[in-house]
Amino acid sequence: MNRNMNLAARILGTYAVIYVAYLYLPVLFLPLFSFNDSIYISFPLRGWTLKWYQTMLANEALHRALANSLKVGITTALISTILGILGARAVAQYRLPGQKQVVGVIMLPLVVPEIILAMALLIIILQTVGSRALGLMSITAGHILLCVPFAMVVLISRFEGFDRFLEEASHDLGENAWWTFWRVTFPNVLPGIVASLLLTFTISFDEFIMAFFLGSTDPTLPVFMWNQLRFPKLLPGVLALGACILIASVFIVLLAEWFRRRNAFDGQTGDMIIG
Amino acid sequence: MDDAFIEIASVSKSFGNVTAVDNISLSIRKGEFFSLLGPSGCGKTTLLRILGGFEALTDGKVMIEGQDITHMPAHLRPTNMVFQNYAIFPHLNVEQNVAYGLRQQKLSREEQAEKVSAALTMVQLEGFEKRGADEMSGGQKQRVALARALIKRPKVLLLDEPLGALDKKLREEMQIELRMLQQQVGITFVFVTHDQEEALTLSDRVAVMNEGRILQQAPPREIYERPISRKVADFIGQMNLLDGVVDSVSDKVVVSSVALGSVTVDANRQTVRPGDRVTLAVRPENLSLSNSPATGGLPVTLAASAFWGNTTYYRIIPEGAEGNTLDVSQQDYRGSKNSGDPAWLCFDSCDFLLLKD
Repeated sequence: MNRNMNLAARILGTYAVIYVAYLYLPVLFLPLFSFNDSIYISFPLRGWTLKWYQTMLANEALHRALANSLKVGITTALISTILGILGARAVAQYRLPGQKQVVGVIMLPLVVPEIILAMALLIIILQTVGSRALGLMSITAGHILLCVPFAMVVLISRFEGFDRFLEEASHDLGENAWWTFWRVTFPNVLPGIVASLLLTFTISFDEFIMAFFLGSTDPTLPVFMWNQLRFPKLLPGVLALGACILIASVFIVLLAEWFRRRNAFDGQTGDMIIG
Repeated sequence: MDDAFIEIASVSKSFGNVTAVDNISLSIRKGEFFSLLGPSGCGKTTLLRILGGFEALTDGKVMIEGQDITHMPAHLRPTNMVFQNYAIFPHLNVEQNVAYGLRQQKLSREEQAEKVSAALTMVQLEGFEKRGADEMSGGQKQRVALARALIKRPKVLLLDEPLGALDKKLREEMQIELRMLQQQVGITFVFVTHDQEEALTLSDRVAVMNEGRILQQAPPREIYERPISRKVADFIGQMNLLDGVVDSVSDKVVVSSVALGSVTVDANRQTVRPGDRVTLAVRPENLSLSNSPATGGLPVTLAASAFWGNTTYYRIIPEGAEGNTLDVSQQDYRGSKNSGDPAWLCFDSCDFLLLKD
């Protein structure tokens, strides 16, 4: 019995190690080769250098692409989260006729292949406004379409876990709808809002297909990087950039997790709440 | 009523085709502890929520102190509510919860702190200011909810089964405290409960509700001693209900019943005619048993007994009336108490109530 358990534990442990390695080891090659003193990505490493980071920092086109991605990402995150709040609030609070169908339609972009959406949007834009409409605006519009379902999913669960009697209690104590939202509803769904902002920003930031189809000559970061990949001498610079993004996203995830835990913790001990 | 403080006039509320509150009229006096008592789904909570402004009524009018508040939104009403689950704001500590309703009064820090600490003293929660919502027991949450509502000095405090979630011992303690608190602050309390004992203990007056209607409203003693219908009699306390038929009517009514034969009772505000089917109601504590036929009692057979501490309940079957049982509550019965043993039932017919439905 005991030996069987040990064996099972060992197999499970091995599986876990392989799984994690498969997941993260390739990613670690990115920063590794970004310090390699060669334009070719191959072992053995030739020597350590920071020159790829220098070329990255000096590359104006890259800066512009990064700025584009940030603009699109932040706008997408804000708009889709606001739409998500309104939608989730309605879905969680009311039981309306045809509600399931409406929610189903909103959630559809989750299952429709992105390339279909991208192509459809491209055709519509070209047929109605024309190619001059393509650019950051059209990419943002596509990203919002893509991100609203994610925002909804995150926010609906938060709103549904929220006790509607709290809002009634606030009205009862003399606060109108506006103040009730800011004093009770908002602080209680804030973790959901933060999660939605981070999630939608991340989706928009590394989205390629729509950014490629609906973009113009001014690319977002993923499209810019893809362009660079075609030239071997530019590749290490892309690796350096990739390493930077990797560190930034790890940081964001840790931040989100810290925020989530802090709020879960507050649930148990209000002593942690300041102000 | 001239001194009506809260006036509920022909109020109805329907949800779709379900009528939760059915044409209820009610007057509540200033400073009164008024209970709405009834089984779940009887419309008592809906009526309370209408008073608080959380349900728009289908028909009727609600006035407080002569002011029509029928269409006044909840946040402007002079009422405050203690919710069934207390609805303590989970993101705020005790102090912030209690001070929640003070924002519009624009008090200085010191004034606010003073009010909060006075409110917490009133509900005996001194020193709990910084506690979080989830660090408190049910009883403590209930006190916070009370303090949070009372700090607003409402004209009416609405309480929606506030003791329902507490265990028996704590509930009894809180009942006494609640009653003392109400007398201390002098605010009109409207209290919703399904626990008849609680309603009788706490209230100045009780309205017994069923299926959206009020069956009887009266002081607790009257509700207990003179229920006006079989439903009320059945709902309040232990009651023996016997079917009977009216034999004759003069200044007294003679009813013949299968269980006890012919009984002469007071009309109890009912108009009956000979031949009417009626109910005779009698409390177990108004019946007694004797172990000898010398007292002139009715011969009965013991079916079961149950020891309750301060009394013992005996279930008996009158001779020749198999299938009819009565419960007798008696502390000092000396006869043999095994089931099947004979005994003699004594009663005074003036303890019987005549009920029509």
